[in-house]
Amino acid sequence: MSPSLTFRTGVRDVLPTVFGYIGVGLAFGIVAHTSHLSLLVVAGMSFIVYAGSAQFIITSMLLLHDPLSGIFISTFLVNSRMILMSTSLAQYFRHESLFKNLLIGTLVTDETFALAMNKQNKTNGKLSFAWQSAANLVAYLVWGVATIVGAILGGMIADPTRFGFDFALTAMFIGLVYLQLISDRHLGLPLQLMVMIFVAIVYYFMIGLMSQNFALLVATVAGCLFGMEMKKCR
Amino acid sequence: MSMSLTELWAILGCGVITLASRVLPFAFVKQVNMPAWLIDFLTFVPITIMTALCCQSLFVANPGHLATLNVANCLAAIPATIAGVLTKSLLMVVVVGIMAMAVIRYFSIGG
Repeated sequence: MSPSLTFRTGVRDVLPTVFGYIGVGLAFGIVAHTSHLSLLVVAGMSFIVYAGSAQFIITSMLLLHDPLSGIFISTFLVNSRMILMSTSLAQYFRHESLFKNLLIGTLVTDETFALAMNKQNKTNGKLSFAWQSAANLVAYLVWGVATIVGAILGGMIADPTRFGFDFALTAMFIGLVYLQLISDRHLGLPLQLMVMIFVAIVYYFMIGLMSQNFALLVATVAGCLFGMEMKKCR
Repeated sequence: MSMSLTELWAILGCGVITLASRVLPFAFVKQVNMPAWLIDFLTFVPITIMTALCCQSLFVANPGHLATLNVANCLAAIPATIAGVLTKSLLMVVVVGIMAMAVIRYFSIGG
């Protein structure tokens, strides 16, 4: 990843993460197809809701004829981590206009957030509207198209996981967390490692007690508080 | 090509909720000077969220009981991590990870 922050660099930087989108997007399309959702509903979800894990949950809740209120609450809970990510990312765009801030916020995802955090390690903490928009737009379009293709192919592919594409997303997060770990000189390696271990332990114990998405949130917040305390002791 | 009224409301409602979660923090941060402790807290968000997202694929939840490992994912994570250490390239981590998982599935390792 180079320090350049142009639109073109944004497109190039986001390409490795596209595999994750294609893998999971195809999987979502296939699930939606087998849940008897029409192409229009799949497109509506991907282009209007645009939230990977929430889309899976909405699909299963629609299938079970759950009430709309339940679907809304679940969506909010699953996506509440976005509040943390957006607040974190927004600090890099305070110099941009409010309108540009809102545009960036509209298309932020786990992946483009993580990518941006990796990027700013290379640019002395700077990000640009052009770079972030490029990453966001490519991710948005690839996700939408992948889910629709998945829904169309749904009937034809017997087992899409056979080729390992479902692991692309996990691999991507492993790569992003590793690159974050070695390049965030501000926090340093030992502190980050301790925080990571702490998060893993909290998450491990929490998923027996609550939903995965809630456990993710609890582990994240606990990890941040733990990190703050450890930094004070340093 | 059809959409029921429930589906339409679910999409629009969830769309608004998701959009608000993403956009409102940007408006907030732009307008308000954040206290130092909050900025300090937020510096840990990237590493903690990414770690938790990894854990989500590496652990299997067993409600009411302790979690277990997702053996296939954990095994595939090893070559993927090594690829990251050796190349420092995100693309290589993803490609090696996919290939490792394809091999694991081919031999039906890890269930």
